[in-house]
Amino acid sequence: MVPVVLPLAAAALIVLVDERRYALKAAISLSSLVLLIAAAVALTRMAETTRVYALGDWPAPFGIVLVADRLSAAMVLLAAVLGLAASVFSLARWQRAGPRFHALVQFLLTGLDGAFLTGDLFNLFVFFELLLAASYGLALYGGGTPRVRASLHYIVINLTASLFFLVGVSLIYGVTGTLNMADLATRIPALPSAERPLLEAGAAVLAIAFLVKAGMWPLGLWLPSTYAAASAPAAALFSILSKLGVYALLRLWLLLFASGEGGELLAWGGMATLGFAIAGVLAAPDLGRLAGYSLLASTGTLLATIGLGSAPAAGAALYYLVASTLGIAAFFLLIELVQRSRAPGADVLAVTAEAFGLDAADEPQEEAGIAIPASMALLGLSFAACALLIAGLPPLPGFVGKFALAAAVLAPQPIGAPAWTLLALLVLSGLASLIATARAGMRIFWGAEQRTVPRVRVIEMAPIAALLALLLALTIAAGPVMQYLQQAAQALHAPHGYIDTVLGR
Amino acid sequence: MELIVSLGIGVLAGSGVWLLLRPRTFQVIIGLALLSYAVNLFIFFMGWVRGGRAPIVAPGGPASLAGFADPLPQALVLTAIVISFATTALLLVVLLAARGLTGTDHVDGREEDA
Repeated sequence: MVPVVLPLAAAALIVLVDERRYALKAAISLSSLVLLIAAAVALTRMAETTRVYALGDWPAPFGIVLVADRLSAAMVLLAAVLGLAASVFSLARWQRAGPRFHALVQFLLTGLDGAFLTGDLFNLFVFFELLLAASYGLALYGGGTPRVRASLHYIVINLTASLFFLVGVSLIYGVTGTLNMADLATRIPALPSAERPLLEAGAAVLAIAFLVKAGMWPLGLWLPSTYAAASAPAAALFSILSKLGVYALLRLWLLLFASGEGGELLAWGGMATLGFAIAGVLAAPDLGRLAGYSLLASTGTLLATIGLGSAPAAGAALYYLVASTLGIAAFFLLIELVQRSRAPGADVLAVTAEAFGLDAADEPQEEAGIAIPASMALLGLSFAACALLIAGLPPLPGFVGKFALAAAVLAPQPIGAPAWTLLALLVLSGLASLIATARAGMRIFWGAEQRTVPRVRVIEMAPIAALLALLLALTIAAGPVMQYLQQAAQALHAPHGYIDTVLGR
Repeated sequence: MELIVSLGIGVLAGSGVWLLLRPRTFQVIIGLALLSYAVNLFIFFMGWVRGGRAPIVAPGGPASLAGFADPLPQALVLTAIVISFATTALLLVVLLAARGLTGTDHVDGREEDA
């Protein structure tokens, strides 16, 4: 309950505070986020056994329930960590670029936590809309023509996806007469076979909505340009939004269709996404798009592995999900700092643009602060770490995740064609992102052209360093983390425990 | 009754999809509005198409639930209407901003090369 109400209350409080009192707003926001992380850690401990909270104390099939199992708790923790990193990063300058940054972040977290924890299909829709509304605000945050143009597409596509969501939910309700996920799972096997096609159509329509969010090819063409156009802290937060689509799919698919219909489609769709992302990473003209395509590659990998449908593979996929989300978020934050070191010519252009008022709202003035010496070396080091992570090379958890994935995919004998294809694509995607990031890195850090050394402040470097340190810790503690997530995946693949706890049997 | 309702929803959805695929932002927003009407009607009629039956159990009425409309879709559709109304308003603001910044009402922010 706390993870949903806390950010909501903080957001309400921040909206009331006068727009110019940045310090107070930031203080409320950060203390809420620290509390949220503490609550999420407690939740991961509590969720060893599935916990159910009935809103208004109405019993499960009639009222709305919040359910915390291992997977939900881990996702809530991940969202809270990303929220803290993005908010700390924004303290340096982004929070002044436009109104109500902190309130939007808090609303986004409310929606995310609610969506991760809810046990009701329609409630999931409501939380989806809440976080989407906040994400529209964040995508537009900072203003400027490219952002407005990209956001227009983003909003229209997501509104259409929401309509799909509604159609799917109402079809499922019309057939089964319930919206509680656990209750649905018990009623679906008992359906008469005449009503089965209607239910499957409803589920398929629902899946379209989730896949648009996750960005499966060909539904994810909007993703790279939107994420590249968004401001750095917003883009870092968005890296978990795609994972929300994967989460919802994983949860509902395994709960409602225990026999795994449609897994084949998911696997091939994921692989198509991966192939598309490989081409995109190699062709990306700027770093923002490169990060966007890396994000698509990670979702593609996840969808394909989940679609292959074994519990160990899903566990490894969850580990990879955590690692890649944190890594890509750090990458999005880093890109903004790196791009500050543009060639002097580019800076002059930007200044003239500002003089003519073209980009007035876009780049807030830098203020004095403690600048880090040797910032270029630090940036280079972080960039190399992100590159290793995205390409999946040791010693960072990208490697551990991909290795576990490959091992789990190859475990069942005989190895099928989808597994071999996925393996080949995994290796190729690692190679492609290595080539692309190395090329970009060489151009930026070793390039011969004249460039200004960017002024980087501690407050901006700290969240990136913290995320990378967290990732390193994730490698060192890979054993326990992997075990936790494997148990989460086992529970997903055998949902009886979940169903019985929710329905109070 | 069922036929009229399904035809109505179909026409709304069809017009909505067609408008959604047009290149002008105003057409897109009207298309989205029509689509959301279609979806809202769809949800509403998931509670069965029957005239004159309130979703309220009157005291002394029949004990079976067969004589009553399902109240849940009516609650769902209210939520859906409110949410789609709010997001459409937001989209309208973005649309106006895009029109002001790019000087065209094309969805890509620039006219196609003729």
